[in-house]
Amino acid sequence: MSPRERFALRDYLGPEITGRTISDARRTVSLSHILGESWLAGRLGELSGRSVLLAVADQLVSAIAMTEIDGVARRMLLCPPDLDAAHIKTLIGLADIEAVVTDQPARWMDAGVDLVIAAGAPERAVVRARRVQTERATEWLMLTSGTSGVPKIVSHTLEGLTGAIVADGQTRGGPAVWATFYDIRRYGGLQIFLRAIIGGGSMVLSEPGEAIADHVARLRAGGVTHISGTPSHWRKLLMSGSAAGFAPRYIRLSGEIADQAVLEGLSRAFPLASIGHAYASTEAGVGFAVNDGREGFPAALVGESRDGVEMKVEDGSLRIRSKRTAHAYVGQQAASLADSDGFIDTGDMVELRGERYHFVGRRGGIINIGGLKVHPEEIEAVINRHAEVRMSRAKSRRSPITGSIVVADVVLTDGEEAGRDNEIREQILADCRAQLSPHKVPAVIRFVRSLEVTAAGKLARNDA
Amino acid sequence: MSVRLRIIAAMRQIAEEQKVTLPPLGDDLSLHETGFDSLGFAILVARLEDDLGIDPFTIAEDVAFPLTVGDFIGAYENVPA
Repeated sequence: MSPRERFALRDYLGPEITGRTISDARRTVSLSHILGESWLAGRLGELSGRSVLLAVADQLVSAIAMTEIDGVARRMLLCPPDLDAAHIKTLIGLADIEAVVTDQPARWMDAGVDLVIAAGAPERAVVRARRVQTERATEWLMLTSGTSGVPKIVSHTLEGLTGAIVADGQTRGGPAVWATFYDIRRYGGLQIFLRAIIGGGSMVLSEPGEAIADHVARLRAGGVTHISGTPSHWRKLLMSGSAAGFAPRYIRLSGEIADQAVLEGLSRAFPLASIGHAYASTEAGVGFAVNDGREGFPAALVGESRDGVEMKVEDGSLRIRSKRTAHAYVGQQAASLADSDGFIDTGDMVELRGERYHFVGRRGGIINIGGLKVHPEEIEAVINRHAEVRMSRAKSRRSPITGSIVVADVVLTDGEEAGRDNEIREQILADCRAQLSPHKVPAVIRFVRSLEVTAAGKLARNDA
Repeated sequence: MSVRLRIIAAMRQIAEEQKVTLPPLGDDLSLHETGFDSLGFAILVARLEDDLGIDPFTIAEDVAFPLTVGDFIGAYENVPA
């Protein structure tokens, strides 16, 4: 071995731990025997040292392809399923892509990439891959889930991506069965997939378009013990009434602000689970996880370095420096990711209240009400505390008087509360008036059946 | 309910929420004297837009914001529904 030990995902897969599986709604694949198979039709060797685009629609095939390609290719760019096809040419150029691994090879014939390798389940016992040697530390490229335009490419190493997983150590009570509402080609989902692989566990994947009751039935059948999603994902599950009978040991929230209402809703629905909310972003990696059931995070986490992660608050936003942050944006003229001291500005605004920092919103998500800045998340947190509210979205609406005003769309816990709309509206407004400055109190509250959630599992704020 | 009555009802509702004591709402009362601040009027206009389907102050750029309660109600009554 070289002085710095090289490791790849395949090093965590082997027949030693039996009964490991990865599944989606259609099939279950043994992870204990995966090293003996090639899902790339035995053509992995052609990817050695290359820059590879992993454009596999099927999440399960994509997962297994990752375990093969890691440690062999020079870099691997993960394509999320909702990637706008119009950006692909640009991304191929930016990342110097030389090969495409895909389950739809016909679509890539004219993409200007010479090497196209088809990925899919091997025909029974036809392809027997020889033992593959880990050759290098593959660069993991991911796309930011940002707003419009070409997504940015961020570069990670497996060591950085798994820093928080290694620091957390083994899951208690034996290997876990992990699940996530995220797609694993997104940072939040990839973290869970890597936890399953590195921790010797199994994984139940999400299935696009699947009804929530069917998904929960699979989670139960698969014996899922550890599961993660955004607060929006969790609110959706709580609203569906499908949670009964599902009893995970660990529930994790990330990707959006976990407010007190959703934390308490989850602890009522899953009394036996430990519930944690984690802070992570595609650029900054995993910052921390909080497991005390309260929103926000202890102020003591800011300042000193813990497990190699250092945080500071400057101009109101959280900044992170650690080995788990992405190394750089990839591409010509890519903006620099960190400041000169190595801190990444997350753009997430925090406010110190007593001994705890609370997330108040995104810097870019501020709405302007008569010249005063308002974070919609701050208003939503107050509305969501009402016992009959499941989720809400505050936004600005233009006004001929003040330029704009705050309005809120609210989803109630039990769908429609026939005849009680006015009463609930009054109560919500009273809560808002008691806890918020006058310009933050919604002028209009509208009850809606659902709120749009993006492919990345976050409340859609496109028109904010 | 007539447009006038709906406007008066909305004003009373907002006055209660904003802890404003409304004087008797005669047509000649200046809007300034109602005790509403600009936020109060912004809320009123937004709710009336939802209730009546019109916002007379945004439709035409040259509409001056009214000075009295009567002008305000008139702005809604004069918009073809």
